[in-house]
Amino acid sequence: MAEPLLTVTDLKIEATAYPPGEPPQDITIVEGVSFALEKGRVLGLIGESGAGKSTIGLSSMAYGRGGVRITGGEVVVNGRDILKLGTRALRRLRGAEVTYVAQSAAAAFNPAKKIMEQVIEATLEHGRATRAEAEARARALFATLGLPDPDRFGNRYPHQVSGGQLQRAMTALALCPHPDLVIFDEPTTALDVTTQIDVLAAIKDAIRETGVAALYITHDLAVVAQVSDEIMVLKGGRMVEHGSTDQIINSPHEAYTQALVSVRSIEHEEKVPSADPVLRVEHVTARYRGTAFDVLHDVNVEVHRGQTLAVVGESGSGKSTLARVITGLLPPSEGAISFAGRPLSAALSGRSREDLREVQMIYQMADVAMNPRQTVGTIIGRPLEFYFGLKGDAKRKRVAELLDEIEMGNGFIDRYPAELSGGQKQRVCIARALAAKPRLIICDEVTSALDPLVADGILKLLLNLQKIEDVAYLFITHDLATVRAIADSIAVMYRGRVVRYGPKSEVLAPPFDDYTDLLLSSVPEMKLGWLEEVIAHRKIDSAGH
Amino acid sequence: MHPILKLVSQRVALGLLLLLAASVLIFAGTMILPGDVAQSILGQSATPEALANLRAELGLNDPPVTRYFNWLAGAVQGDLGVALTNGQDIADALGRRLGNTLFLAFWAAIIAVPLAIFLGLLAVRYRNRWPDKLISGVTLASISIPEFLIGYLLVYFVAVKLGWFSSVSMINDSMSLGEKLSAIALPVGVLVLVVLAHMMRMTRAAILNVMQSAYIETAELKGLSGFNVIFRHAFPNAIAPIVNVVMLNLAYLVVGVVVVEVVFVYPGMGQYLVDHVAKRDVPVVQACGLVFAAVYIGLNMVADIVAILSNPRLRHPK
Amino acid sequence: MSRIPLSALIGLIFTGAYFLAALFAPFIAPYGMAEAVGDVWEPMSRTHLLGTDSIGRDLLTRMIYGGRTTIFIATMATLLSFTTGAVLGFLAAVIGGWVDQLLSRFVDLMMAIPSLIFALVVLSVMPVTIPVLILVMGLLDSTRVYRLARAVAVDINVMDFVEAARLRGEGRVWIIFREILPNALSPLVAEMGLRFIFMVLFVSTLSFLGLGVQPPNADWGGIVKENKEGIVYGVPAALVPAFAIATLAISVNLVADWILNRTTSLKGGRGG
Repeated sequence: MAEPLLTVTDLKIEATAYPPGEPPQDITIVEGVSFALEKGRVLGLIGESGAGKSTIGLSSMAYGRGGVRITGGEVVVNGRDILKLGTRALRRLRGAEVTYVAQSAAAAFNPAKKIMEQVIEATLEHGRATRAEAEARARALFATLGLPDPDRFGNRYPHQVSGGQLQRAMTALALCPHPDLVIFDEPTTALDVTTQIDVLAAIKDAIRETGVAALYITHDLAVVAQVSDEIMVLKGGRMVEHGSTDQIINSPHEAYTQALVSVRSIEHEEKVPSADPVLRVEHVTARYRGTAFDVLHDVNVEVHRGQTLAVVGESGSGKSTLARVITGLLPPSEGAISFAGRPLSAALSGRSREDLREVQMIYQMADVAMNPRQTVGTIIGRPLEFYFGLKGDAKRKRVAELLDEIEMGNGFIDRYPAELSGGQKQRVCIARALAAKPRLIICDEVTSALDPLVADGILKLLLNLQKIEDVAYLFITHDLATVRAIADSIAVMYRGRVVRYGPKSEVLAPPFDDYTDLLLSSVPEMKLGWLEEVIAHRKIDSAGH
Repeated sequence: MHPILKLVSQRVALGLLLLLAASVLIFAGTMILPGDVAQSILGQSATPEALANLRAELGLNDPPVTRYFNWLAGAVQGDLGVALTNGQDIADALGRRLGNTLFLAFWAAIIAVPLAIFLGLLAVRYRNRWPDKLISGVTLASISIPEFLIGYLLVYFVAVKLGWFSSVSMINDSMSLGEKLSAIALPVGVLVLVVLAHMMRMTRAAILNVMQSAYIETAELKGLSGFNVIFRHAFPNAIAPIVNVVMLNLAYLVVGVVVVEVVFVYPGMGQYLVDHVAKRDVPVVQACGLVFAAVYIGLNMVADIVAILSNPRLRHPK
Repeated sequence: MSRIPLSALIGLIFTGAYFLAALFAPFIAPYGMAEAVGDVWEPMSRTHLLGTDSIGRDLLTRMIYGGRTTIFIATMATLLSFTTGAVLGFLAAVIGGWVDQLLSRFVDLMMAIPSLIFALVVLSVMPVTIPVLILVMGLLDSTRVYRLARAVAVDINVMDFVEAARLRGEGRVWIIFREILPNALSPLVAEMGLRFIFMVLFVSTLSFLGLGVQPPNADWGGIVKENKEGIVYGVPAALVPAFAIATLAISVNLVADWILNRTTSLKGGRGG
């Protein structure tokens, strides 16, 4: 076997934290990480946020972002320890032997320059090709990566093309100088599910054709399973497990890996819709004031008592707007909303306190959903005071009960939101919603900003609470795995219209309309070779039409 | 029409509207008192005839709206009226004075702007190290010091103790350029220090903002040399915010000029205004106020327009 | 455990000292305010710690009483500017609609004319008394406070927790005082310090130009004006009040910076 391209031994990375009012402290971000990567192989680095994956990826260029320092170990690229290189030698390495594809290509491109110029810049700077050669190579890469009009694509400015296209352009940028190693840092995380597939396939093709070695960083195990040969699982800056993709996915050794693999495999028996719908949305059409087009068009859905309606769609589908209409923040131009049989005033101002109490909302970003100057006790206690007039001991008792229900102890009453973890914050928001004893809770992407394991915990909690409190959920999400886990009925939205609606079993069974088909098939599954299947399936489809 | 042209012409129109509204405000500002301008000019001991005469002369008997439009119409044609105190034609005197003030401001700007940009770059290059902290400290001190202190400090040490320059900056047309420059050296020095203090913080912030953008990291990860990173990537995006800062501070310069002219007895518009405020010469005050406002609004407008023109999203629409 | 950095400590000490001196002026001034007790422009000595001024009055005494006037005017003007600007700014942010438009356009207009120029224009027709000065300075400056308060309130207003309160059914009063204000306090308090400094500089400049505090009252700017002729003869008397203004301004700046730094960290940590 040939000498590996990249060998990392016992890597240690530290940073300095500046807690307010205290002296700066050194903290260890990564420790004891070792691996080797051969030419032409792809290693996936997977872990939750804060696991150190990007930091490790960047260390293979001897780069530390934002004051992060590599303090121990060796990083050997093509036979030499790059941690010992001087600045000039490192500059020769970066952009030529080792290149980088950033998570947010939109921010990584200079808005003042054309795309082609930026794509070939590193190649020219390191003298790897003449301008004509570099441009030709760039155009070829544009074609391989599936960009429209590859010959003229480079003449455009970054803001003139879409996010998915920029991500591919950045990949072209990284591949143009014929590098030995490419670091892909969460390249598809920011994209819609349907776009993600195409970009993933394009990246995989390009890697195969150019024969580079790659580090693929992501938090999505299903995605990494499609592109990498080996996977390394990270937690808290330390290695948990490292093996071939096949082994990791199909027979994980460590408990943590097993948890990651089994994530979102919660299955949920759908309930038979009862006769009394808690919420009925009829023929609702809405538009934002001053705009010329409808954001929602003729939407008809129902939520039944104690059950969950999942509203699924991508960005721009109108699902969040539907929530705003239901809560009264955006009165519809047509149609009506009724709650437990009686009509609900279209605007917030026309609703009684009882009406408002019965419909509660939980938000995506728990950080901004809570007043940072109020304690947990105050946050949960206010609805009790406001709706039920509870005070003093009675209020405290009820707050303690609610904290129990969300599986957090009484010690949290006097804590501030900033002191809580992501999952804990969301739990407090759930308790706040429950305090009002509503019949319907609207969950607006409540797990989308959380790590997969934490999100699982929240979903389990929500399902549990639904049984205990007999509360209905309107669950808005873009993630189909979540839908499978939690829904009783599903509404699929596309461009402001409901394209498919019904009980879960019906909606998720073929025959599908075009959009639902696209959506369902775009969700990465935790199985090898899935990507190739989907692409082949699509090619057959488009050939057949 | 190209969206940029539309935006620019909108901004210009807004500027003119603002100037018009400012003129109303300035005119109204002199009408605040329920009492009588003529009374406060002539004092308590004025005879009723004298008051009546003055009122007729000032046109105080017309309704305010008419007076405003008369004044505005005159101003647009270049006739700013006549000074109460000495009957001099205002537009004439103002023209000369404005020229002097602009001369002073020009030299101050020419020195201060490149210096501010250079120091801003320096502060960013050595961020959080001693050059940065030193510059920050001096800037903080300078913003807290009134202009007249800086002025008198310079006069005390440079003019009196060292005798390098004179403490009074009289200039007239008979002087050569060199003589004029020597005369205004101290006031220019003061203005430079004052404007530098304000501009420094803003240039540093503007440059820092650009340097922390994601595309700068991309450039570094491409292995570009430090110079190339700044020159090719940071610079084109920093021009707009820096020009914006410069324009805003030139507007500030306009105000700083007033105090400096008084300290150094310089025959400019600031001195003109202050003298006549003390004498309660309303037509002069109105005219000066209008001109100052016009310059201020104009500079702010240019700042906005530069921001519009340098935005790549607007220059190359989808 | 919060530790006060050295710079903020120095700032607090000096600011405190100036304010105390202003408060207890009659008790600590060595001579009467208008007494001529020595020769013109005597240098510093044991009997006159700062020397004498242009008509023989003890400069230290003048400085202490002048400080009282300066600080009094600046404080009152700051309070006026702040209450007006903050209240209107919050209202504009929370009510929105045409109230917001009207107020904001008017403020834009007021800010289109530089403060000093506008103040001079207005003062040219009004009797220049201390209440008038406070009123003019306070109202002119309230435009800047309005802008800041409105921006801060708008930023907070769009946060989900404010929307959550609205959806709950909370009224405007609760939202302004219990949701928005506690989160807006820190940047506003820091700004108050900066506004105070600006007021000190502003009133001193006006007095220096002869259009601020009128005799027999005197503030630091006026004292500079009284003694400015001495500079040409090498008498540093005019530099003393100017120096006091500068040190007061720097001290308040240091305190304001410290408050600002403390509170950005309270909001949930540094950066990303």
